[in-house]
Amino acid sequence: MIPRPRINPISGAEQVPGNEAGGVRVALDKVRRAFGELVVVADFSLSITTGEFLAILGPSGCGKSTLLRLVAGLTAPDSGHIGITPDDTRFHTAFVFQDAHLLPWRTVLENVALPLELMGIGVTERLGRASAALDEVGLREAESRYPAQLSGGMRMRVSLARALVTRPRLLLLDEPFAALDEITRFRLDARLRELWLERGMTVIFVTHSITEAAFLANRAVVLTRKGCGIKLDRRLELPQVRDNEMRAMPEFASEMQGLLAAMEEED
Amino acid sequence: MRKALPAFIPFVIVVVALESLVRAGWIKAFLVPPPSAVFETLIHDWRELFGALAKTSVGALAGFALSAVGGIAIGVFLSSSSAIRQAFYPYAVFFQTVPIIAIAPLLVIWFGYGMRTVVASAFIVSIFPVIANTLTGILSTDPALRDLFILYGASPSATLWRLRFPAALPQILTGLRIAGGLAVIGAIVGEFIGGQGLGSVVDVARTQQRTDKVFAAVLLASLLGLALFGFINLLSRVALRRWHVSEQN
Ligand SMILES: Nc1ncnc2c1ncn2[C@@H]1O[C@H](COP(=O)(O)OP(=O)(O)OP(=O)(O)O)[C@@H](O)[C@H]1O
Ligand SMILES: [Mg+2]
Repeated sequence: MIPRPRINPISGAEQVPGNEAGGVRVALDKVRRAFGELVVVADFSLSITTGEFLAILGPSGCGKSTLLRLVAGLTAPDSGHIGITPDDTRFHTAFVFQDAHLLPWRTVLENVALPLELMGIGVTERLGRASAALDEVGLREAESRYPAQLSGGMRMRVSLARALVTRPRLLLLDEPFAALDEITRFRLDARLRELWLERGMTVIFVTHSITEAAFLANRAVVLTRKGCGIKLDRRLELPQVRDNEMRAMPEFASEMQGLLAAMEEED
Repeated sequence: MRKALPAFIPFVIVVVALESLVRAGWIKAFLVPPPSAVFETLIHDWRELFGALAKTSVGALAGFALSAVGGIAIGVFLSSSSAIRQAFYPYAVFFQTVPIIAIAPLLVIWFGYGMRTVVASAFIVSIFPVIANTLTGILSTDPALRDLFILYGASPSATLWRLRFPAALPQILTGLRIAGGLAVIGAIVGEFIGGQGLGSVVDVARTQQRTDKVFAAVLLASLLGLALFGFINLLSRVALRRWHVSEQN
């Protein structure tokens, strides 16, 4: 098993010495992306520090997915600049989609090993690392099953393990748990937060859920309906280590209130 | 077997109804033979009929195999770029619209009487659905998965063989299922002109007003098509067992 970096939960993950994964800094500078006439992202600037957990909230169709795809390099901006430092991100960015998107003809283990396979890593090493990644999401015992034999929550965990297997420095998630029941969702939120604390990677998490954003993130950005304007950019003052009890805390309620107010406000 | 049972019921009803109608004189026996006469012919002429069936089977299977291999290869080739698609796909469509009956005499000129003409005819008739389904299957790969492959720097060939081709498999098998039925039709048409097998039996029996024999040959040809269809279904069950693995439990 790969040794996990020890971190101080109070000071945050970015100061971890010897953390081999760590995070990256992401700087978007006047980024613009249009589809034909439709300007989806207009002059968008945002700076995300190393090891930050950022939640992006916004109305449906406002361009959140487009923003994530721009950061991942899956689509190019028409103008502006996206800087990621350190710049060795080719194999250090991982993406989790709203649905699991597994390969139905491969076992769970082979699905998780896929990114390593595409990167050209030998079979013994990649299966070992895939096993370890499955361990991290609590799915070791399902490794020889096929996706069709899993529940929705299990499939999503496989998808998460597939993203984690390369030890990414930048983890992008596009409404990953939106299709799951609430209990499963709470569990996966808690696990993701733990993994983030352990690894100190930079996370950008797109969601429609205010509760989820407040529970997970250290910083939340609320976007306007048109052109990806930033309505609110707020640091969430909540404990680093979070569990379900935090959901009942007054501080949690007040952070949610703040996000809700921004969401409801007219553009 | 139990699943096949409902399909036999209409068959039995039609056979019984035909038999009674012909015996009652409502239908002339030289237009539609009574099923009992067809059955008698099947037994009486079994050597000729089953020999013909064997030939037709070989012709249809060979044509189908060529279509499967060639169609998948052409489909994969066409999927490689939109420029290639624009240049060649119209010809594939054109190939499909060629009326086989009209070019069958040409096939005889090119390939002579016998098996080669039959195989060519079966091939020409059955290749298009394989090409079209392979192509659509490959092109309709889940965009999210394509993004995933791009993210990890997969080469075009890795993307083809680890993602696009396997993802297209269900659709390719659908193409093969259609091609199986068409290959039998193509083989029979080829035999009409190329002179052998069930096609030739039908052709000769027709000129002799032997509708019973025509029906017997048609029956065997249909059974051949059915068998091929069943075989391809079996094949796709095996190939796709992981897609639907939960159904087995
Ligand atoms: N490839 C594309 N071609 C054309 N238009 C696109 C494309 N991708 C996105 N769009 C348009 O850009 C807008 C923003 O889409 P995007 O998917 O980024 O929104 P979103 O905020 O993620 O929405 P949702 O919350 O529903 O997921 C939409 O109007 C969409 O129709
Ligand atoms: Mg979206």
